[in-house]
Amino acid sequence: MNPVLKLLLEGGRLTTAQMAQVASITVAEVEQHLEQLKKDKIFLGWRPVLDLSRDAAAGAAVRAVIEVKLTPERGGGFNNLAQRLAKFDEVESCYLMSGGFDLLVFVNAPTLQKAASFVSEKLSTLGGVLSTSTHFLLRSYKEGGFLLAGSEGSSDRLNVSP
Amino acid sequence: MSTTSNRWVAGHVAALPRSGIRDFFELVAKMKGQDVISLGVGEPDFVTPWHVRKAAITALEEGKTYYTSNLGMPELRRAVATYVTEHFGVNYRPEDQIIITVGVSEALDLAFRAFCNPGDKVMYHQPCYVSYHPSISLVHAEGVAVPTYAKDNFALTAEALRAAWVPGCKILMLNLPCNPTGGTCDRTQLEAIAAFCREKDLLVLSDEIYSELTFDGTHTSIASLPGMQDRTIFLHGFSKAFAMTGWRIGYACGPEVLIDAMMKVHQYSMMCASIIAQEAALEALNNGWDDVCEMRDQYHRRRDLIVRRFNEIGLTCHSPRGSFYAFPSTQGIGMTEKEFAIGLLKEQKVAVIPGTAFGVNGTGHVRACFATGYEQLVIACDRMEKFVQGAKK
Repeated sequence: MNPVLKLLLEGGRLTTAQMAQVASITVAEVEQHLEQLKKDKIFLGWRPVLDLSRDAAAGAAVRAVIEVKLTPERGGGFNNLAQRLAKFDEVESCYLMSGGFDLLVFVNAPTLQKAASFVSEKLSTLGGVLSTSTHFLLRSYKEGGFLLAGSEGSSDRLNVSP
Repeated sequence: MSTTSNRWVAGHVAALPRSGIRDFFELVAKMKGQDVISLGVGEPDFVTPWHVRKAAITALEEGKTYYTSNLGMPELRRAVATYVTEHFGVNYRPEDQIIITVGVSEALDLAFRAFCNPGDKVMYHQPCYVSYHPSISLVHAEGVAVPTYAKDNFALTAEALRAAWVPGCKILMLNLPCNPTGGTCDRTQLEAIAAFCREKDLLVLSDEIYSELTFDGTHTSIASLPGMQDRTIFLHGFSKAFAMTGWRIGYACGPEVLIDAMMKVHQYSMMCASIIAQEAALEALNNGWDDVCEMRDQYHRRRDLIVRRFNEIGLTCHSPRGSFYAFPSTQGIGMTEKEFAIGLLKEQKVAVIPGTAFGVNGTGHVRACFATGYEQLVIACDRMEKFVQGAKK
């Protein structure tokens, strides 16, 4: 595997110099790998993993998961509709699923009203959307592979020991 | 403030010096909340594998809350016997040659109390684990420190032993790979040490707690060398390899008559190790080897990084063949180990332990534990580089 991609997958936010040390390659090679990953559209951007419940203001945002049933279009199947849906700013992630519904859509909105109006005014009114089922996220225990505080770990570990 | 007089404290306890680590602990504790990266810990940064924790939970659910045999659970002793045979090539009878203890620390204490008469001399290589010398003093025996040196990669040599030997030496305390240096001995060096022990009729206490964390070559136990099993107490535990420091579970293996003597002390002091910890240890031995290999690979990677960086930034450092400690020299930058550790902590918020906490032979070195996340290690090395560059100006 591309050594820089491996480091990115491990979730560390390292500088290029630090990546070079970790992977035992030169800084120039790290930059070259990063450029290649961007060119190949594998590396799309940086995004921190945050525990927003710890920030009163940010934690008030509403996150929801919506199961969406669609009527497949002749020729394009689900793709055209899914791509159209994914362009909404409120949509964090959008996946085509197997099983009892077709799309799983993760939505982020600043308030409950805004989340509700996204579902009722934008999503459900799209042609081809048969039904929606909305589930609000109440609390996160793990985010992007990271256990959130209180779930695991030993914060009382001594700083110095024999 | 208590006004109780210390006149009741035993003289030899009152005379014990405070641990150098304890002093440093207090200094680091004062900086709580200041983004300190600690390389001062002597334990894995991993949490005990979940299946091991679950075994302890199951034991509690099943109501296993009672004493075990003084020697420890028979099935655990059988598992230890199998493990020691497979990994170290030494056979012990689980019925009477193995005792389960409250960590290797208790096993060591039992051994010193069982084998030392007042005035007996115990040889140990230094720099060494902080408890060895005090444990020897507590049984009114005398410690004889044998120096190890960076030029030998901190391996103990038979020549150094011979030079340090004095009449009255009865025991040799070995810790290979060693805390704090990571130094160890290859088979040839160990054979020379074994020959010396046979010549001088020494009993060997061999603390091999870091043996699974050997990165280069294979670990050899002195107990496996010809003529040594009858004069060796093999000490091991679960703290380091299985990330089980807080469980306090270890064991000692040796000749029946010696284990029986240790058992006498154990049965009148500890009675037995906690059954919960024993159940967890049994699970670790039976099903935990993949976890050990994975953690060792991580430590190996971290060692390669930290040793390379230390040498690049001017902190001359040998490559420790085992353990999770590097022991770089601070002499090249014109600072004592204490000045270095305190300055580094205050200026760059990285905690390392001054080498003198591990005996006078640790002078000019600091202990840096690499049982810390890789990314944290990279940042710690960057901060140390800044500190060293600042110090050189």
